[in-house]
Amino acid sequence: MKGWTSRDLRGLGVGLAYLAPSLFLFAAFVFIPLAQTIYLSFFNTRATGAITTFAGLDHYLELLTSEAFRTGLLATGIFALYTVPLGIALGLILAVLLNQRLSAINVFRTMMSSTIAISAAVGALIWLLLFNPSLGLLNHLLSLVGVRGPDWLIQPTTAIIAVSITTIWLTLGTNIIVLLSGLQGVPEEIYEAARLDGARGLRMFTRITVPMVSPSLFFLFVVDTVAVLQAFTQIHVMTRGGPVDATRVLVYSIYQDAFQNFQFGFASAQAVILLLLVMGLTLIQFRFVERRVHYQ
Amino acid sequence: MKLGTFAKYVLLVVASVIVAFPLLVALSYSFMSESEIATFPPPVFPSQPSLDNYQQVFATIPIGRYLLNSFVVSTAVVVGQLITASLAAYAFSFLVFRGRQVLFFLFLSTLMIPWEATIIPNYMTIRTIGWLDTYQGLAVPFMATAFGTFLLRQAFLQIPRELWDAARIDGASTFRFLISTVIPLSRPALGTIAIYGFLSTYNQYFWPLLITNQPLMRTTQVGIAQLRFEETLRWGLVMAGVIMVAVPTLALLVLGQRQLIRGLTAGAVKG
Repeated sequence: MKGWTSRDLRGLGVGLAYLAPSLFLFAAFVFIPLAQTIYLSFFNTRATGAITTFAGLDHYLELLTSEAFRTGLLATGIFALYTVPLGIALGLILAVLLNQRLSAINVFRTMMSSTIAISAAVGALIWLLLFNPSLGLLNHLLSLVGVRGPDWLIQPTTAIIAVSITTIWLTLGTNIIVLLSGLQGVPEEIYEAARLDGARGLRMFTRITVPMVSPSLFFLFVVDTVAVLQAFTQIHVMTRGGPVDATRVLVYSIYQDAFQNFQFGFASAQAVILLLLVMGLTLIQFRFVERRVHYQ
Repeated sequence: MKLGTFAKYVLLVVASVIVAFPLLVALSYSFMSESEIATFPPPVFPSQPSLDNYQQVFATIPIGRYLLNSFVVSTAVVVGQLITASLAAYAFSFLVFRGRQVLFFLFLSTLMIPWEATIIPNYMTIRTIGWLDTYQGLAVPFMATAFGTFLLRQAFLQIPRELWDAARIDGASTFRFLISTVIPLSRPALGTIAIYGFLSTYNQYFWPLLITNQPLMRTTQVGIAQLRFEETLRWGLVMAGVIMVAVPTLALLVLGQRQLIRGLTAGAVKG
């Protein structure tokens, strides 16, 4: 505490008093558990969670060679690839549609952003019905246009598509709201000027609209990818990680290894990987925001 | 131009119906009998709408208790977050002290840590202190919010410094100024945190799934998902359950839409 006067210390004391409730909770449920996760990843445990022997880097080396983990990472990647770009593109199209001065436009805005209030469990249960090959409306609608719908959740390739469609629907509300507010921040004069230059329709969309909302697009790219990395509920309700591990994404794998196989050390090593992925993405987001502030 | 407006409305209606389609299906099926659901082609509207499925939900699972549990836990989290975030945001806006910057970054860092990465030790902690199957186990871990603190700090920074100076001259204590001036002036931001906190807690699944085993301590989300794993899957019943669970959050969306939008966009458009 070099150079700290008693006044500094008193000030810090008052500040800490106000921060104490938050700091206590963060310490108990974020910082200490985080350290424990990292610590656990270097040890073997009993089924109770009690530490038995030091494992060193064994769990991490096992991750490198584990077929199941590689499949899981691949599933997570495919899931993100199916979900994030399509979800953002759909959100942007709908947000452009909703960004008009029409009477009763708010009714449509509320309807289309309604999925923001829908929980993953509720969404997953509804889509489970829609994907049902005999009772569900989806395959019936497909048959009307001459397409024979698959047994969605039985086949590995279509199961991950089904979970992705459900996830796109669940995140659509958030995507629409964020992009709509991005669009509303674009000054009308910019559109006017482009129109005078002869820009219309698709050209206006790709040359003006998309660049102007690029901060919102980038924000959603990070937030949606992080959400996909954390996805658990829809998988637990719809597929339980199957069929043949096709939807056993990272968090589901952590859940199974920790709470069904009781390999807390191995599961913790996977949790550390999850942490690194999310931290990396968030840091990119922070740096991006910082730069924008600087140059504005 | 008239035709253009008409076409826009047609497009909006079609898009809205497609987006809301799953919810509309759930609503429609919740009024159908199981035998009607099993007919081919799959029906869109119930031929004889009935409330049987809703009665069946009450007979099959303690849905009232689930709703009560979810409301108690979500309300507790909201109250907790409002208190902890107000106090912390106050320190980060009105109080000036050495070390503030470091502490602020400490708060910021919690946003980078996914809950799932700490869930194993958290589960063990809750088990060790005997909080499995309790309200406090479901609520206390979520009572601090970095996101809420930042949102509130932004609101507090808008409050004129003159009010602070005047209060100091009047001899009001630091804490008194928070209660009597800062909090009443920040109601919109507090509303945003409340709605956001309620919604995200009410919709939680993973944590309540892990730490509740007794049927009577389950929350709505975990409770209705159990209907999927019953021996005979009754879709009408499941959809009635889904509607009952979704109605409170949809009502909250309609009532607090503006607050919710402000919260969501704070991260995206604030430079």
